[in-house]
Amino acid sequence: MTFTHCDQPALDPPLAAFEEPARLDLDRVSVAYGGRPALTDVSFQVPHGECVAVVGPNGAGKSTLFKALVGLLPLSAGTILIHGRPLGHHRDCVAYVPQREDVDWSFPLTVSDVVVMGRYGRKGWLRGPTAHDREIVHEALRRMGIDALAERSIGELSGGQQQRVFVARALAQEPHILLMDEPFTGVDVTSREAILQVLDQLHQQQVTAMISTHDLNLAATRFEQVLVLNRRLIAYGSPAEVFTPDVLRTAFGGQALVLREGLVAIDQCCPPEQGGVH
Amino acid sequence: MTSWITTPLSYGFMQRGLLAAVMVGVLCAVIGCYVVLRSMAFLGDALAHSILPGVAVAYLLEGNLLIGALGAALIVALGIGLFSRHGVVKEDTAIGIIFAAALSLGIVLISTMHTYAVDLTHILFGNVLGVSSYDLRLTALLGGGVLAGLLILYRPFLVVSFDPVLASTLRLPEQLLRTLLLVLLAVTIVVSMQTVGVGLVAAMLVTPGATAYLLARRLPGMMGLAALIGALSSLCGLYLSFYLNVASGAAIVLVATAAFIVAYLFAPRRGLLWDRWRSQRSRTQTSGSAGVPD
Ligand SMILES: Nc1ncnc2c1ncn2[C@@H]1O[C@H](COP(=O)(O)OP(=O)(O)OP(=O)(O)O)[C@@H](O)[C@H]1O
Ligand SMILES: [Mg+2]
Repeated sequence: MTFTHCDQPALDPPLAAFEEPARLDLDRVSVAYGGRPALTDVSFQVPHGECVAVVGPNGAGKSTLFKALVGLLPLSAGTILIHGRPLGHHRDCVAYVPQREDVDWSFPLTVSDVVVMGRYGRKGWLRGPTAHDREIVHEALRRMGIDALAERSIGELSGGQQQRVFVARALAQEPHILLMDEPFTGVDVTSREAILQVLDQLHQQQVTAMISTHDLNLAATRFEQVLVLNRRLIAYGSPAEVFTPDVLRTAFGGQALVLREGLVAIDQCCPPEQGGVH
Repeated sequence: MTSWITTPLSYGFMQRGLLAAVMVGVLCAVIGCYVVLRSMAFLGDALAHSILPGVAVAYLLEGNLLIGALGAALIVALGIGLFSRHGVVKEDTAIGIIFAAALSLGIVLISTMHTYAVDLTHILFGNVLGVSSYDLRLTALLGGGVLAGLLILYRPFLVVSFDPVLASTLRLPEQLLRTLLLVLLAVTIVVSMQTVGVGLVAAMLVTPGATAYLLARRLPGMMGLAALIGALSSLCGLYLSFYLNVASGAAIVLVATAAFIVAYLFAPRRGLLWDRWRSQRSRTQTSGSAGVPD
């Protein structure tokens, strides 16, 4: 994949080359729902090409963070910079796969119709898909292992297949920043491995990724950076730095149970399909 | 042999009526696909009824009824868009309020007149055989504009209808597109007023689209099929009304309804009988095993 289109802000002149800006830069960001704060004073930077796991208990604000990052929610304070520029000031090149797709599955669309939507933002809205677009769509389907379903109606898919279609659409966007909200919840081992494999490939291509998950084990073993959230930023760093009894107790409160020095069990009542104790 | 086809065409009013009916049939069917997919049937019906005060005012001022209707429909379409934008009232509540108010206003205005009887039935049930060549040109112009708009903005309308979250991450002007679709719908309804009347336009919007939905797998196919069904319904309905001497708008709608019933029963994949047949077959084939995975 190439990122020529995305490399520079579309509207503003390119930044001076002497300093590579953080891909993602949050400065004292707060988000509230009708006056009730969901995130307070969150500041962090994700440098170029890093793959970050976002963890925290239910209601910690993981989904809220992602929605704020794509501009679906207004900030009540603070700033978000992408490529050093505020949201909406350029083609942001952010692809977002929500926690639960709120789409109408009875729409008369095939799997490839949905994935090709990932190309719409890039080539203007009036032109049809080119051969290049089709190739990228096919490649995205193949990477998610659903190329055999390309002409299937979306209403005829299983939940895990639906999830993979939306990951494939995000891939077809050729994003610079990929946000996925709990992509591993409710999918089988094959889908999970397909997503993880794609994340590895994207990592090699210098795509910045933030993935929320309730699977702390996965976060610790497959990600190089972990962000612990509970309405505030609790910790951000490598798994070894982050997964300490102190941090986990702060983030998960009574759910965290320090068994021995360095050995922690977390009781997350949800999601139900994962066991209670990690 | 074919004289039963050509005889009606020897009348100028029938030629114009047929042209107008087919144009309206196609137009309603195509925009009707969005009405069906976004469950806007109630909105379409409400929009249709709320053009009444515009017609009444135009009548009182002795202006063009079509222009009066267009004005009222646009005001109502924008009003509904504005009302529900802030999320204080749900959209169907906003529609209900505006629709009832506009309809009442129309009735109040009309009841102050003395010679409304004929024109009112024409507005409610259409008068396709009274189409003048000026009306025909206006229909072609407005209808062509609506179709062009739908064609050019096909992808934005699709994304906004299917996945609003993607639409806003791609920074589409969602509210603008939503309102624009309402405006196009309003224009369509006004154009259809003369053919099927405000009482039946909702059926022309919904029925061909719903029929095509049962038959097509993809949106372009659904739109094409709906257009075909709309055009054929108009054609057959008008011939029926000519030979049976029944109201034309109602005949058109009944033909469209018949097509829907046929599709509902026999459509592959989605039809009722197909469903029966498939579940029966799978029962006989795999008696005892897991059956069709859902
Ligand atoms: N639409 C909304 N309106 C009002 N409050 C909301 C809304 N969405 C979320 N919240 C609140 O914001 C807080 C954070 O929610 P969020 O969905 O971001 O949590 P999360 O970390 O994604 O949780 P989960 O693990 O359950 O997905 C919660 O307390 C929730 O009640
Ligand atoms: Mg969430």
